[in-house]
Amino acid sequence: MMKNGEEMKLTTPSDREVVVTRVFDAPRKLVWRAMSEPDLLKRWIPGPPGWPIVRCDQDWRVGGAFHFAWRGPDGSEMTLSGIFSEVVPPERVVRTESFVIGVPPRSGEQLATLVLTEQGGKTTLTLTVQYPSKEARDAAIVGGMNKGLAEGYDRLDEVFKASAHI
Amino acid sequence: MVLELMGYAMKPSDRLDATFAALADPTRRAILRRLTTGDVSVTGLCKPFAMSQPAISKHLKVLERAGLISRRRDAQRRPCRLKPKPLAEATDWLERYRQFWEGGFERLDALLEELKAREPKRERAKR
Repeated sequence: MMKNGEEMKLTTPSDREVVVTRVFDAPRKLVWRAMSEPDLLKRWIPGPPGWPIVRCDQDWRVGGAFHFAWRGPDGSEMTLSGIFSEVVPPERVVRTESFVIGVPPRSGEQLATLVLTEQGGKTTLTLTVQYPSKEARDAAIVGGMNKGLAEGYDRLDEVFKASAHI
Repeated sequence: MVLELMGYAMKPSDRLDATFAALADPTRRAILRRLTTGDVSVTGLCKPFAMSQPAISKHLKVLERAGLISRRRDAQRRPCRLKPKPLAEATDWLERYRQFWEGGFERLDALLEELKAREPKRERAKR
């Protein structure tokens, strides 16, 4: 039930952080290209199912900006935008991010650090998102709807392992 | 019945909060696990958890409020029953969050295969 994608890992190492880890069967030079070139990024950019990407602009340079927008089935828009503060090809990117779902108030600025490491032709992507507060993190995790989900996360597996047959 | 209704009278987001708050306690998770094997009375839960009836009842109240279990009000034994719906909602939500990334990463896998197939030609051309 919880198994969905064999290598992606989602953890909450601290109250304010979420870490996503995923291995790709390609050298990091290619992963870097797929992320940094807007035309390539457009083809795979993550997003909620049913929310197509409607804007995908990014300038992968220190001080450069990015702006992504997704449109939901009900016509509402979700945007993610910010500024790159560190760009070290092909291994590390740091940027500030602001999520806006519908109308402001927004959830506040978060700091995203992406690290690519390569071993044996495979690339490990580690994305650490640091939120201004635990509340902001929880709000972001649950799409601005609920609190306290992150803890639930870690604890749920345990229950679901036992109740998978329901 | 009243308590049972409470679990569903809440907004979905509040209910999810209640679900996760209820799951935050190891004893309550253990109780839920025990209930996956069938209905159990309060006294039936006291023994394996080495807890007093009032202590168990307190946990059950939290689980009931979160809509995770139901109890027959009329019966004397008041057996507890697991209600899978809130748990399913919680997983659905987790699944959606996971899908935010997972779908993208799967598309990236495919794109990388394509780039890899193109890359050797470029490398050869360079040599």
